[in-house]
Amino acid sequence: MTNKKLTKLQNQALKVREHIIKMSGNGGCFIGASLSCADLILYIYKEFLNVTPENFKDSKRDYFFLSKGHDVPALYGTYVELGWLEEDRLKNHLRTNDTIYWHPNRNIPGVEFHSGSLGHNLSVAMGVAMDCKLRKQKNKIVVVVGDGELNEGSMWEGLLVASAYKLDNLIVVVDRNQFQANMPTEELIPLNPLKKKFEAFGCSVKKIDGHNFDEMDKAFKPFPFDKDKVSVVIAETVRGKGLPSIEKRADRWFANFQQEEIEGLLKELHSKKKTKLTSETIVAR
Amino acid sequence: MTYADIVLELINEEDRYMIMTSENRAAFRALPPLIPQNFIDTGITEQTMIGMAAGLALRGRVPVVHALATFLTMRAFEFIRTDVGIANLPVKLVGAVPGFLSDGNGPTHQAIEDVSIMRGIPPMNVFCPADENDMLKGLKTMITYPSPFYMRYNPTKAFVEHSPLEIGKAETFGDGTDIAILVYGFLFGEAFKTKQMLEEQGKSVRLINIRTPKPIDEEAVIKAATECKLVVTLEDHLITGGLYTIVSELLLSKRISANVVPIALKTWFRPGLLNEVLEYEGFTAEQIYSRILGVSS
Repeated sequence: MTNKKLTKLQNQALKVREHIIKMSGNGGCFIGASLSCADLILYIYKEFLNVTPENFKDSKRDYFFLSKGHDVPALYGTYVELGWLEEDRLKNHLRTNDTIYWHPNRNIPGVEFHSGSLGHNLSVAMGVAMDCKLRKQKNKIVVVVGDGELNEGSMWEGLLVASAYKLDNLIVVVDRNQFQANMPTEELIPLNPLKKKFEAFGCSVKKIDGHNFDEMDKAFKPFPFDKDKVSVVIAETVRGKGLPSIEKRADRWFANFQQEEIEGLLKELHSKKKTKLTSETIVAR
Repeated sequence: MTYADIVLELINEEDRYMIMTSENRAAFRALPPLIPQNFIDTGITEQTMIGMAAGLALRGRVPVVHALATFLTMRAFEFIRTDVGIANLPVKLVGAVPGFLSDGNGPTHQAIEDVSIMRGIPPMNVFCPADENDMLKGLKTMITYPSPFYMRYNPTKAFVEHSPLEIGKAETFGDGTDIAILVYGFLFGEAFKTKQMLEEQGKSVRLINIRTPKPIDEEAVIKAATECKLVVTLEDHLITGGLYTIVSELLLSKRISANVVPIALKTWFRPGLLNEVLEYEGFTAEQIYSRILGVSS
């Protein structure tokens, strides 16, 4: 990846994070999980997939499914940076005059499918992948999942079937931020050794730093990783990435900040100087 | 024409129709080798099958999915509700051995709450054919309908030749005013015999094959409730959420007072050979006849 491209992506990722932070007040959002996968979503849309609201009806386009729907601020923040969504519309977050809320809605241009209930979009993406295969088309189908989401039986059931049908047009990207809602994954339902688990299910797996665009670029291409195998990227990420005051904190999964906290966090994003956060922490919703 | 013939014909006409199953092939055993591009067996994975059906529908396909009615409507319920229902995708759900047809399987396999569960999903429609003839008469209409459908698969032998299915239209036999028997699905056959027995006793009877409990034929139900002295709802389903509930809701909403008697299940039924199940649970034509006479005289 050229330095110019890298710098551009990094700057856009900062903008996406600003959108996420701005959505964390006035009702709040799942800020921790959104910040962890912001870089991944931006990279996948900009550098890996061929999909825009303009080619949505083209059967040869690529597909993006956000299975961990609660990080929708990262998705919509990316859409703003891609020019698909007006920035002003994000102010409608949680207002009933629009359809911008805590999980994705298909009325927003670019959203492939609704999600929110975990463990669903893998199989929906598999249906799309299967149809593309049957029609002998070369579409790429990405589904971004959470690591906590891997508790769901439907994820493993889906992988079993996806491998049986050799869906090598499918790529599962795990936002491995090491947390589920209330606590570290390894303290509740341990996932490790995660790479071996995916491999045992017949997938071709790569492990990368999910905040390093250069590593992403090297990992995602060429695709598929292996013929006849589902590709899996385990992207090691940091919950709350970019904001030291909330990074890796179990209690900042969801946040509903005051305006002055939001202003502090917007500064913190650039200065890395910790903001004094007084809003109560919400650990479950 | 068999079930498999009709589906094959549809697939041959239009590539968008697909057969899916979670390893339940009873209805179309010979079909898979004929349609390798339009057939997917996901193994024993009802949830994954429904999610995939939604994905296929996003690509313009119309998947007709098969599983035992209990596992389909209950194991995969949230996938049906969330992936098919919220998106209003034209996925067709075919539930095998519903109601009494699970005969000897036992309560794990008894779909006696399926109609209630499926009708609770806003865009979902429900088709409960009376017998094989009724099912085949309605199959094409159901599959080509642009919204999701749940169908109780019913291969039982027919007593009568049915009319073509019109969604939301019941099929009425007779115009009697003493007793109206409202029924869907497999028990239609018993109800048909009950009607004859009641008529031999001088009662005037109308038998209404509901066909689609959702959308319900409001006109036929209201007509029966206002013209007949007694309305019997008959179903191999729990008394909650099925036909008795649907009729009660409708009549209440229209402020119509009627003499409605439910014949339905209160809990899981005793498993066994179908005829013995009917006898044990009180659903043979003779028993239904006695129960109706008991309340109508």
